[in-house]
Amino acid sequence: MPVNTDSIGKTYPPSVYAVGREKVREYAYAVGETNPLYLDVEAARSAGHADVVAPPMFAVVYSAPAVGPAVLDPEVGINLALMVHGSQEFRWGPLVIAGDEITTTASVKDITERDGRAYYVFESVSVNQTGETVCTGTWTNIVRGG
Amino acid sequence: MAEWQVGEELPVLRVTPDKFLTVRYAGASGDFNPIHIDEEFARAVGLPGRILHGLYSMAQVARALTEAAGGPQALRRLSVQFRGMGLPEHEIEVEATVREANDGQVIVDTVARQGENAIIRHAEAELEV
Repeated sequence: MPVNTDSIGKTYPPSVYAVGREKVREYAYAVGETNPLYLDVEAARSAGHADVVAPPMFAVVYSAPAVGPAVLDPEVGINLALMVHGSQEFRWGPLVIAGDEITTTASVKDITERDGRAYYVFESVSVNQTGETVCTGTWTNIVRGG
Repeated sequence: MAEWQVGEELPVLRVTPDKFLTVRYAGASGDFNPIHIDEEFARAVGLPGRILHGLYSMAQVARALTEAAGGPQALRRLSVQFRGMGLPEHEIEVEATVREANDGQVIVDTVARQGENAIIRHAEAELEV
């Protein structure tokens, strides 16, 4: 079955995520981080940050609320039962600090078919409250059997 | 601290996610897909059991790199491919090798394995050191 590529370029409404200190610490503990910058307010302040620093992969937490609706969009038409997360890329800008407000916009970057598999590529662009791009994510989901 | 010369292997990160790690990661990340937290559901859809979140495994790659580089600001880009499924209660080893090093800009190739099973491969990172 050929994949429907009509939604390439579609952009979704931005979502705003307020980065909380305890959420950063919860995430850092869950992934086994031990760097005090992520866990200890005093250590983060001594290093010149206003509050605890989010580990780079915390990008998942603040960008997922924007990416989720794109992946689930019926117009994109992914068969979720056959979907696997194939690859992921993040590019980071300035560090994200507890207290930041991150606005993420997701879009459908590409939809292609190769060897009987459909590749759905989404992009997320996350910007902080001062307008700096803190992270750009490229999320590739593969659907077996097209 | 690493010397960042081409061919150098960074310190190997070893971590064994415990039985309930996927539950804690689900809560921390917001990804409650039952294949990660419900043993019966996972088996019913043909998996060997609950599997690790790919993005948790990617976070172990990021941790190995930022620990070697001395902090989070060093990691500029990380790109990975998810392959074999990761399982709780099996040790993960993250191995990273410097491929290019130019004036503080470093490209590192990384793989994450559980035994013979590569759960992340072709991971490429760009570091500023």
